[in-house]
Amino acid sequence: MSHMAPNTMAGTTVDSLYSQKDTTLNKRERFEDLMEERRQSSDLRYAMRCYTPVVYKDLVPRTPSALRSVVLKSDPVQYVIKQLAKETGESPDIISDEASDILEKMGHSLRLSIVRFFAFTLSKIFKMLFHKVHVNEEGIQKLQQAIQEYPVVVLPSHRSYIDFLMLSYIMYTYDLSLPVIAAGMDFMGMKIVGEMLRMSGAFFIRRSFGGDKLYWAVFSEYVKTILRNGDAPVEFFLEGTRSRTGKSLMPKLGLLNIAMEPFLMGEVFDMYLVPISISYERILEESLYAHELLGVPKPKESTSGLLKARKILSENFGSIHVYFGQPVSVRTLATGIVRRSHYNLLPRHIPRKPSEGVHRFLDAIGHRLVVLQQKNMVISPWVLMATVIIQNLPGLTLTELTRQTLWLKTIAEIFGASIDWPENVTPDKVIRSSLALRHNIVKTIKNQVVLFQEDVLAEFTVEMIFKHTVSVLMCASYRNQILHVFVRPALVAIAFQNTQSCKREDIFGCFSYLREVFSDEFVFLPGNLVKDFDEGLYLLMKSGAIHMSQADLHMSEKGNTTISFLSVMFEPFLEGYQVIFKYPLHPEFADDFTEKSFIAAFRTYAAELILTGAIKYNEVLSTDMQNNALAALIRLGAVEKFKTAEGIICKVNKQTLGRVVDMLAVPRIPVKNAAVARL
Amino acid sequence: MASEEREQPRARQRLRVMAGHLRRPGTGPAAPSTAEPAATATATATATATDCPALEPAAADGAAKATGSIPRRRQEILKWNGWGYRDSKFTFNKKGQGEFTGKRYRLSGMILPALKEWMEKSFGASLEHKTTPRTTPNLDLPLSILNEECLKDLKYLNIPFSQDPEDRLIRSHGHCLHEIFALREGKVQRVPDVVIWPSCHSDVVKIVQLASKHNVCIIPFGGGTSVSDALECPTDEKRTIVSLDTSQMNRIMWIDEKNLTAHVEAGITGQDLERQLSEYGYCTGHEPDSMEFSSLGGWVATRASGMKKNIYGNIEDLIVHIKMVTPRGVVEKSCQGPRMSTGPDIYHFIMGSEGTLGVVTEVTIKMRPLPEYQKYGSIVFPDFESGVACLREVARQRCAPASIRLMDNTQFQFGDAKHGDEESCENSNNVKIIFIGEWIVWIGHALKPQVASIFTSFLDGLKKFYITKFKGFDPNELCVTTLLFEGAREKVLQQEKHVYDIAAKFGGLAAGEDNGQRGYMLTFVIAYIRDLGMDYYIIGESFETSVPWDRVLDLCRNVKEKLVKECKEKGVQFLPLATCRVTQTYDAGACVYFYFAFNYRGISDPISVFEQIEASAREEILENGGSLSHHHGVGKLRKRWLKESISDVGVGMLKSVKKYVDPNNIFGNRNLL
Repeated sequence: MSHMAPNTMAGTTVDSLYSQKDTTLNKRERFEDLMEERRQSSDLRYAMRCYTPVVYKDLVPRTPSALRSVVLKSDPVQYVIKQLAKETGESPDIISDEASDILEKMGHSLRLSIVRFFAFTLSKIFKMLFHKVHVNEEGIQKLQQAIQEYPVVVLPSHRSYIDFLMLSYIMYTYDLSLPVIAAGMDFMGMKIVGEMLRMSGAFFIRRSFGGDKLYWAVFSEYVKTILRNGDAPVEFFLEGTRSRTGKSLMPKLGLLNIAMEPFLMGEVFDMYLVPISISYERILEESLYAHELLGVPKPKESTSGLLKARKILSENFGSIHVYFGQPVSVRTLATGIVRRSHYNLLPRHIPRKPSEGVHRFLDAIGHRLVVLQQKNMVISPWVLMATVIIQNLPGLTLTELTRQTLWLKTIAEIFGASIDWPENVTPDKVIRSSLALRHNIVKTIKNQVVLFQEDVLAEFTVEMIFKHTVSVLMCASYRNQILHVFVRPALVAIAFQNTQSCKREDIFGCFSYLREVFSDEFVFLPGNLVKDFDEGLYLLMKSGAIHMSQADLHMSEKGNTTISFLSVMFEPFLEGYQVIFKYPLHPEFADDFTEKSFIAAFRTYAAELILTGAIKYNEVLSTDMQNNALAALIRLGAVEKFKTAEGIICKVNKQTLGRVVDMLAVPRIPVKNAAVARL
Repeated sequence: MASEEREQPRARQRLRVMAGHLRRPGTGPAAPSTAEPAATATATATATATDCPALEPAAADGAAKATGSIPRRRQEILKWNGWGYRDSKFTFNKKGQGEFTGKRYRLSGMILPALKEWMEKSFGASLEHKTTPRTTPNLDLPLSILNEECLKDLKYLNIPFSQDPEDRLIRSHGHCLHEIFALREGKVQRVPDVVIWPSCHSDVVKIVQLASKHNVCIIPFGGGTSVSDALECPTDEKRTIVSLDTSQMNRIMWIDEKNLTAHVEAGITGQDLERQLSEYGYCTGHEPDSMEFSSLGGWVATRASGMKKNIYGNIEDLIVHIKMVTPRGVVEKSCQGPRMSTGPDIYHFIMGSEGTLGVVTEVTIKMRPLPEYQKYGSIVFPDFESGVACLREVARQRCAPASIRLMDNTQFQFGDAKHGDEESCENSNNVKIIFIGEWIVWIGHALKPQVASIFTSFLDGLKKFYITKFKGFDPNELCVTTLLFEGAREKVLQQEKHVYDIAAKFGGLAAGEDNGQRGYMLTFVIAYIRDLGMDYYIIGESFETSVPWDRVLDLCRNVKEKLVKECKEKGVQFLPLATCRVTQTYDAGACVYFYFAFNYRGISDPISVFEQIEASAREEILENGGSLSHHHGVGKLRKRWLKESISDVGVGMLKSVKKYVDPNNIFGNRNLL
């Protein structure tokens, strides 16, 4: 009987994944190219056409300035003003002026004329930059219905500044009401442009305002007021910032909490969350990101900078896929999980932190939405190629690249990825044209495909390493786009290799540890450990890499290729984490450190290791990986944080750290009984 | 020997009673003191059944009329299968016109031309699709459980009782939808085994003693108007169930004009109490919508609330003294001081105990001189939001009239679907609301696309005055507040002005007395409409809650939307009626009343669907900051949420009281806990 259990479980997964597969296939067919019409008809007429978006059924229309005054007079804002007046002794009028000032700086002031201007210019620009802009029209229709029914929050993935321009552009094109977008205050630095963005629906928020009660109150009330009245869809980025690595970032819950409060407090009956996946064949900021990851600060947004960036207009950035996901009802998500009566005992205008239960709920839906974004991402051939290239540095032949890419394509499709592989074109042509688009990252020398900087790498200096790593990171940022497809089976594969066991329990134990270590690196649904494992294992079995006899798991003959490919795919992370984890055990390591000093010191340390050839993968130089690994150490209890007068100080718990390092090297841990029982 | 000893004081008491009756109570200062012994006297006197009838005529021209309007065989005047009097009901005549039968109500005998259309338009009902309920009650009941010994003791008590199936059946239910539905279908579950009619406090003492002796379950029955499953007999109750019908304990035992109190037996109905007090120029002012049938004891046991509580207070404000018989003994306070600091108020264990602790037998209740002047009123608001804002302001300024109710748009349309034939358009200025109302019913459902043109042509027929007045009011948004002012004439007029001034600030327009009066007239007949609906596949129920002011709007919207949504999800084919009114105002919040009904054609198990939807609406109420109940009580219908509402410890506190007072669960109706 007990032998049956894993089988049946796999069985149920089969069904769910098959059905998922079907939708991914259909998805591609339903994409429409937005640019096609733009290339054929007048942009001016398009910009000046009649724009009559559908609106929320209970909408009471009002002007942006009326909205601002509602916010200013609202109970929560007035409450905080009075509180601050009491605390600081300042007159409430002055604080009120301050609040009004914040609102003035923050608020959007949507103007149709500016929108039309944008519609015109963006048409011109997008046509120059992008080959095609694919949109799933069914998703648009669903969004349109959702907007009429309940207040809507649109949650796009964030890979580029283009994201919100593109989204508004699409929504204008399809006659949807333009979203009000929470944008970083840094945009305001751009003269004129900032103001124009505001008039096209952006509102600006400071990147951090933890301590500023007034700002928080004004900002959150602003968002909530828009949602309550259904003035417009509210748009923000769950990931908080543009992902520099191409991987999804962990969801930030602050804005999500604000956006949820109207529902949690019963001020609206329901709300829709709409995940939107924007996939770029080539990201505008790719080189900037790579530099940033190596510690070069991000250039400040400025209009002159933007004008200088004009030269990118002459480049080809391929195609974009924008997938509007199925609107998710917040009420459905919350049913049986959150008791809203928790909000009954405190007047609703008094600011509060989410309760533990609510926080868990927000965390769960945040992760879920990011995963939904991932699921609907469209993967370009180049992503597959980058995955192959980065496993074969310094380079490989074109034939080999083609062979491996096609093999990877098959595997990826089995694993449920939707790949935008051109039809009716020979694979060779696909590969070649992708390479041509990527001339800044790779080049082909004598049939050998190598990274752009590879040939200059004559001598080993820190500077050269830096240059080389930029190319690696750029290439990696495309490989990273597909990691979410592979991460579960790959971690199972690695666990399989590491444990050298065929016992399901052992592999699961190792898997669960790896998942725990990498849970800041890759997005896993909280509390979904067993399902993640089942899914990973199931996919490996489906691809024929692993098969089950009795209760034991065995690698099949041809499975070796898949298993080792997957584990090599994630090796940069495994190696990187090991190096980072071991760093605090280094004799020269200072006992007390801050997160900043850790990163800075580690960079030098790692560069030296690379110079000596002790490290294989340069990706460890990425600050993103370093931050994630440090977060993992904190989560695992190997590093403890202390609040002191000078700020937050970290201390290493060497004993725990030692254990953590050991386990990652040969990750074998006793399995918790509860987990086994559920298997 | 023993009987002689007993006989002597009884004779003396009877004498005193007679003496008391000779002097009309309420006319002289001696009234309270004479009346008090009378109470004891009647109690003892009625101890034997033979004494009771002898006393009644005497009492009739004395302190009170002993004959209440509800006889033992209540089925003789009340329906067995629906609400209220047998002679009063909504029906469609041969011409297909709506009509309200009987002579009891102002609406009685009137033709209601808009009713049919309203039912068709609002519910998708049709006169051709009629249900076929039973015409007579299903009396095929399980055998009465009653052992010989108990029966012998029962007979020895000399208190009238009955094992007649009809008597038992009609005391096995309240007025929840599923209860009435089951009656009409002839589905019978556990019913009481015996019905007993005590006629005084000491009768009750004896019954409770007997019940304790034989381990019998007592379920007190007052007016039978419960809407919380409180009267439902637990199906797994293996003991004999005695339905203790208090309807014959219905006398006013004395009134005390010095202290403005009346001591009354708890079985008296609201209408008897008010009518009899009015003969002396007084009233209690406690007017729950069920007051025609519900009893004083029932009000106490459920923490009832009356329409005019703004002036007179809710039951907890009206009570001065309570006497309750429990298995542990009689509980009461030793004085009638107006307020006491003597530990937690024991009356608060009794109020809301829902028959789980004992039987309330006698109550001293406050009374007031009959109001000098009464005036109805109504206000039209452009939308529900401004209406609520106005009510909130009225509550803030504490100038609420005796009653102030705000109906939402749908309910307002409903109210006007029923206006009588004789109130035609040329009548007076006051018909404006009716007109607009009917127009809404007409337009809102039948001719939507042509709104503008019909509106214009219709308005041509009205006086210019109204065009300007109503300009800007969206017929699908506007809603009406009905008002009832009571008190000294001067003060009423002053208050009226005050309220209308506030209303004006919120865009409200005074809409005349008639509309107000019609609104209140509907109060008593509205309960009859469900029976008509059930003839045409429409089932419905009302439920209520109380909620802080800042949550009123959100709660109303969310609950209504939840109802509509749930109907859709549960496969209800027609759009339901989901409507509400803000029916009471308080300093810190309001009482909201919902009416919910739908056409169940096409659903195989309508009652279970209905109950699921009602439960989800209750969940929604609780999640939106509303209470489990404002005045209907918990009963068995809502007890699953009690723990969440009053905490584990709170439930424990109640349980420990129950354990002490009634360790053997004699009062085993299993309400509340």
